[in-house]
Amino acid sequence: MSDLLEQPFSSPVLWGLIIACGLGTWMLRLSFIQLAGVWSLPRWFSRGLRYVPPAVLAALVVPAVLQADALFTPEWDWTRPAAGLVAAAVALTRRVVLTLVVGMVALWIFMGLG
Amino acid sequence: MSASPPLSSPCPESLASDTRPGPRGSFLAGARSIMPMIPAIIPFALVSAYAAREAGLSMAEALGLSTIVFAGAAQMAFVSLIASGAVAPVILATVLVINLRMVMYSASLAPHFRAEPVWRRLLMGYVLTDQAFAISITRFNESGNGVHKGWFYLGTALPLWAVWQIFTLVGLLLGARLPADWGLEFTVPLVFLVLLVPAIRDRPSAEAALVGGGVAVMLAGLPYNLGLMVGAVSGIVWGVLAEQRRDRRGGAPAETVS
Repeated sequence: MSDLLEQPFSSPVLWGLIIACGLGTWMLRLSFIQLAGVWSLPRWFSRGLRYVPPAVLAALVVPAVLQADALFTPEWDWTRPAAGLVAAAVALTRRVVLTLVVGMVALWIFMGLG
Repeated sequence: MSASPPLSSPCPESLASDTRPGPRGSFLAGARSIMPMIPAIIPFALVSAYAAREAGLSMAEALGLSTIVFAGAAQMAFVSLIASGAVAPVILATVLVINLRMVMYSASLAPHFRAEPVWRRLLMGYVLTDQAFAISITRFNESGNGVHKGWFYLGTALPLWAVWQIFTLVGLLLGARLPADWGLEFTVPLVFLVLLVPAIRDRPSAEAALVGGGVAVMLAGLPYNLGLMVGAVSGIVWGVLAEQRRDRRGGAPAETVS
């Protein structure tokens, strides 16, 4: 058990984790396709699913951009939050490459300044 | 594999195959419709490959991740969590929560695939993506199209799978040579940012994002990256409650599930 809780994972643990994630994802994808309309989705469940993307993606993005784990410590630096703000404005265009390029150039400029 | 009628047959009925294409014609129609989506997934594949190497995955492990899991956002969450030292149960739970939306896609597509043999449905599940779902369901809901639905869907899904694997490999080969101090790991949250924008469609989804992001920031100090899980779940619950509040107030019927 402790090797599931401590990183770095050994190679078998990492492979086991990849396979578990893959099998679980496959089951989610197959669920209704394989049951072929035997059930329909309960209403509360489909309601909840609609909020998975905004909630999960924000929970991934915001702490990474704000460097939340270093917040209020001397290691915190402003360059990533600032570059993230610039990229967020560009992300409104929904263009992946443009957002990546502008965000990274902003980060490099700010790193050069700071 | 079912025998497909030769499309190039010179017989005069080939005119009819324009309105009712066979398996091969349907597959090609699907492939044509997915083409506009391809340029957008290339940088995504490159970044996720780069992030996997940065997190310390070997070449084989990184390729295993992209072929076995085959889900971009979940793969990137997987490697960011590996990089930040999260425990295995949190990583598995995060991947499954991110991919929960596939259940919704699966339910919407299922009625169209009732006639498919079991083995083909197993494959259809494996290659299900946001893009293949969106293109296929749009086509299936248009009235009066005669495509073979199963092959049309595979025509959208399989090219996407191939492009994803090829550019993951390219990213793994290129990424090994990039210097670490360029801060390229920052491309990972940037890609999530581009995915986040269309996910915010209305007031309740904006509130779900605010709560999800806010709680995750406040709990960033929790061990095992639990802040991410708690933040995500709080955001989802908040979003559902906000929708109910809006519907009660406005009396308007809920927006149709897309």
